[in-house]
Amino acid sequence: MSASGEVLPEGTKGVVQDFASDKQAFHVPWGKAMMWIFLLSDTFIFSCFLVSYMTVRISTADPWPVVSDVFALSFGGDPIPLILIAIMTFVLITSSGTMAMAVNMGYRKDRKKTFWLMVATAALGATFVGMQAFEWTKLIVDEGVRPWGNPMGAAQFGSSFFMITGFHGLHVSAGVIYLLVVAFRVKNGFYEKRGGNYEIVEIAGLYWHFVDLVWVFIFAFFYLW
Amino acid sequence: MAQEGQQHPIAIYLWIWGLLFVVSFFSYMVDYLQLQGYLRWSLILIFMFLKAGFIIAIFMHMKWERLALQLAILVPPVVILVLIGLMALEGEYTFLTRIEFFGESDFVPSTPHH
Repeated sequence: MSASGEVLPEGTKGVVQDFASDKQAFHVPWGKAMMWIFLLSDTFIFSCFLVSYMTVRISTADPWPVVSDVFALSFGGDPIPLILIAIMTFVLITSSGTMAMAVNMGYRKDRKKTFWLMVATAALGATFVGMQAFEWTKLIVDEGVRPWGNPMGAAQFGSSFFMITGFHGLHVSAGVIYLLVVAFRVKNGFYEKRGGNYEIVEIAGLYWHFVDLVWVFIFAFFYLW
Repeated sequence: MAQEGQQHPIAIYLWIWGLLFVVSFFSYMVDYLQLQGYLRWSLILIFMFLKAGFIIAIFMHMKWERLALQLAILVPPVVILVLIGLMALEGEYTFLTRIEFFGESDFVPSTPHH
């Protein structure tokens, strides 16, 4: 019995009800609020990686490798600085645009367009991961970069690079799978059976835009700085 | 409005999409033109925050969310500035200690072969 005399449930159900208190703080679908809170926690994880990269880069007495040269790529002629990273950035931005359009089409309940735009987004994401695999291979095999050292400068370059881009690549890969799952559910009419609500496309979109957002910071701090 | 979902004209997405391409091109040019010093760092940061702002505000619809959600999500990351400040101090201290006890680096970097 509570103070006001109403009967409260006991056990775990009681715990859930006491903490929830039947109050809604954010006037958005719960899935969207939870995605935002997950993304907030992910922000802190990526921040920890980037801040530790800053710390080791400040504290090393050895020269930092010239990133512009390390990631240059030659197409037969003189190597063009950072060109692969620039292409990867444009691929990711393109995918962000197709995702934004997919969200819009989802709310218009245009299932066919939503499906194809999400598949396009996932394909661009897979392309990004493929180029990243190429970049890793080039760095490991041709340039001899290891987590514990490299011939071009401070040893910390390798560990920072593999941790930061690896964790981001993992996010992109997970996002590709997530998008494909939602895309095929949209196509099969899975959400029609649940009241025809396509906010799930927006929630998946939030995750995808976040992956692009993290890349903006990695591009600025790791590749350009 | 929040209950019916985020429906906005397609034109605004296309505009932001185009702007993201332009700003990304500019930030690539910072490296391509080999700008150095404070000009380089300030341009990198300006373009970075511009892109991040466009993505969060328009693509992630934060501009149209209620203030309570905006504050709950956007204010907590500000404390990361404290971590950045502390770790920058710590990094400088470690660097000075290394120079003091181990001397200047005698590392001879090799150039990457493309």
